[in-house]
This record gives sequence, C-alpha cells and structure tokens, in this order.
Amino acid sequence: MDSGTEEPATAALGFVQVEFAPDSEPQGLIDWEWLADNFTEDVVPAFFQHIFLCFVSLAIALAISVPLGVLAARYRGLYPPLTAITGFFYTIPSFSMFTILLFVVGFSVGATPAIIALVLYSLLVLIRNVVTGLDSVPPETKDAARGMGLTDRQILWRVELPLALPVIVAGMRIAIVTVIGIAVIGAYIGAGGLGDLIFDGITRDFPTMYIVGAILATLLAIGSDLLFVGVERLLSPWARRSRGAT
Amino acid sequence: MSEFMDVLRRPDFIENFILHIEYLVLATLLGILIAIPVAIAVNRSPTASTIAINIGNIGRAIPSLAVLVLMFPLLGLGFDSALFALTLLAIPPILINAVVGLRQVNPQILDSAKGMGLSGRQVLAGIQVPIAAPIIFAGIRTSAVMVVASATLATFIGGGGLGDYIVEGFQRNSTAIALAGALSVAVLAIITEVGFGFLERTFTPKGLRIAQKRGRATK
Repeated sequence: MDSGTEEPATAALGFVQVEFAPDSEPQGLIDWEWLADNFTEDVVPAFFQHIFLCFVSLAIALAISVPLGVLAARYRGLYPPLTAITGFFYTIPSFSMFTILLFVVGFSVGATPAIIALVLYSLLVLIRNVVTGLDSVPPETKDAARGMGLTDRQILWRVELPLALPVIVAGMRIAIVTVIGIAVIGAYIGAGGLGDLIFDGITRDFPTMYIVGAILATLLAIGSDLLFVGVERLLSPWARRSRGAT
Repeated sequence: MSEFMDVLRRPDFIENFILHIEYLVLATLLGILIAIPVAIAVNRSPTASTIAINIGNIGRAIPSLAVLVLMFPLLGLGFDSALFALTLLAIPPILINAVVGLRQVNPQILDSAKGMGLSGRQVLAGIQVPIAAPIIFAGIRTSAVMVVASATLATFIGGGGLGDYIVEGFQRNSTAIALAGALSVAVLAIITEVGFGFLERTFTPKGLRIAQKRGRATK
C-alpha cells in the first residue's frame, strides 16, 4: 500500500484523503466525497448497465430454453443430450469461458461475448425447469382440456405453460442470480456493469470503488432473488388452486 | 501450440496448479466441517431449518468476486484471505442441501427406527444421514465446482492460483498463456464435477440405489 511508486499516482488522481489518513482506516475505506461526486456519473450507469446485461441475457436464454424445453418434454430422447451439453457449459468456470470466447472464438472485447456467456450459463437451469414444470402438469388436466376440444397448441399455451409457470419462474430465479454474479466478472472483458467499479478500484488501489461495486452487486443479486421469490409466490397459489380443482 | 506447452511446463505453473487444488480441497473441507454440523443442529427445529435455508439462499446469491474483494479490506491480500472467502462461498450449497436432505427423510422411517429402540444419535448416524447422503453429496459437488471457478478470481486479491495465467495472458495479449490458465481451470472443474458425481453414487446406500432403479423401471 505504501510503495513509493504508487503514491504520486494516487495523489495525482485525487485520492489524497485515503493515502494520508492511514490511522483512520475504517473511515479511509469509503471515501464518501468520491462517492458523492461520482454517484450519478459512474455508479448509477454501472448499476443500470449491470441490470441491462443480466435481463437481456435472461430474456435471450428464455427465448431459447422454452422451445427447447417444450421439445424435450415431448421427445424424451432429446432431454439427456440437452442437459449434457448445457451442463457442460454450466461447469466451465466463467473466467475461463470469457477467455475462451475472446482468444479462441475470436470475439472482440465488449458486451457481446459477455451476454453470450451469460446465456450459456442460464440454459441448463431454465431448460431443466421448463421440462420439470411441464412434467408436473397432471395428465388428467390435459385430458380434460383435450376433451373440451382444445388443440395441442392451445393445450400448450393455455394449460401446460401457465401451470408450469411457477416452476419456470423458480428456474429464472436461479438463473438471474447466477447471471448477476457472473456478469461482475464480465467487466474484465469490457462488458461494463458493476464489475467495472471493482476492477477499476483494484487497479487504482482505491477501496471505495470496489467496496461500492461489490456491495451493489450483492444487493442487486439478493434483490432479484427476492423479486423472483415474490413472483413465484404470486403464481403458486393460483396454480395450486387450479390443480386442486381438477 | 509449443508456446502453450511451454507455459504448462513452467515451474510456477505447477505451483499455481497445486495451489488451486489446495483451495479446492481446503475450502470444500472447511465448508463441509461448518455446514454439516449446523445442518444437524437445526435439524430438530423446523423454524431453525427454514432460517438456515434462507440464510443459505442469500449467501448463494452473493457474487463470488464480491465476496473475494470484500475480504481484501478485512483480511488483506494473499492466500488466507482468499481461502476464507472461498470457504464462505462453499458453505451455502452444502448447508441448503444438508438441511433439505435431512428434512426430507420419511418421518415414518424415523419413527420405526425409534420404535426399534435406536437412540437419537443412532437414528441420525445410522438412518437419517445415509438416506440424505446423495443430496448432501450433490451440495458438496456444487460447492466444489464453484470453489474451482471462484479460486480463479483469487488472483485479484493476490491469492495466486490458475487465474494468474488468465490475467497474465490478457495483459500480455498472449493466447498461449491465457488458454493455459483458462483450459486448465476448465479441465479441473470438469474433473471435479465428474469425480464428485462418482462419489455421490458410491455414497448412495445400496437400498436407496435399488429403490431408485425400481422407481425408474416403473416409470
């Protein structure tokens, strides 16, 4: 911390307060003045960029997983290879995945490779939950729907998917939390978001930045988790009631 | 390609590889040693179980880089700080699965065990834990794979490990160095996943395995 080469650089950047107040460590950790000065310019945009990255990835992942899950629920043979492939992606550590996307696949630095990685990480959980959700629809309910003259497509959209929704939302909850955590690392390959604050803070040896980045990322993850728990609860009693009625 | 092999032959590469495995083994073990006793302690009380699961869920939501980075002002740079963070990350999945695993054991089985005169400890060690073993192992596997992935980030708090090469590769714009790090971590993660999957099957009690097979056959 006290290496002679770093001091002039940090002093020049205006972090004098941190550098010259080593005795008051707890206060030195968060430079409130910096936070106040940079809140709207640095912190808020990073926060919204993070939300953007994660929810775009989740939306793309859903657009891929729901059709694949519906197919896998119909044609059982598809399910094992699908979980094997997506499970393989899920196992690859995110920092490795980003590196491979850049150095092997040849993406340039930016949000695109990050979003691709985030989508790949979401697929396993989402597909699994779509299939589990569809499996949980009682066959009698489907029979009743068929008896009422609904076509297969109508049964899927009006009966099966709505009844599977709580389980699908449970999958979305796991996916969004995973994606928020991994997106932090995405900043390393130029995706932006809260990881920017963390990595910038580390390079500048400026705790305020990485502490704020880390805490906001944590709050965002926990907040999204609770949001989806809420959605899940809202959907579940309705599902239970209709299942009970059949 | 030869450049890539050169990186793998560097003496510091082998050191960092071993360091990465140390993180994996120690953090997972410490995670088990903390989470399982807690799960057993909360087992009797449904309220305590629910609280443990909720805490586990929140813990699981926290981004791993955030946990590592927040260790830095608290514990400083280096191995200890990284190991502490990785242990914190390893606890939630094991805790959740252990609590859920112990709770889902059929109460009738426990009653009959008690009726046969087994003591509380005997029921726990002889019946409840073995039946919950596959679920507990699944949690340990999740933690272990996550520790391998998160240990890659230990490099940012001076903890070393294979992440060093990814960072070095990025800084020097060297595909060989970056991939030496990225691929070795990926292989380690896959080996961990497969290895623990194998352990999971080994630790599934024979009776349960037969029941599982029957369940599959009747479907």
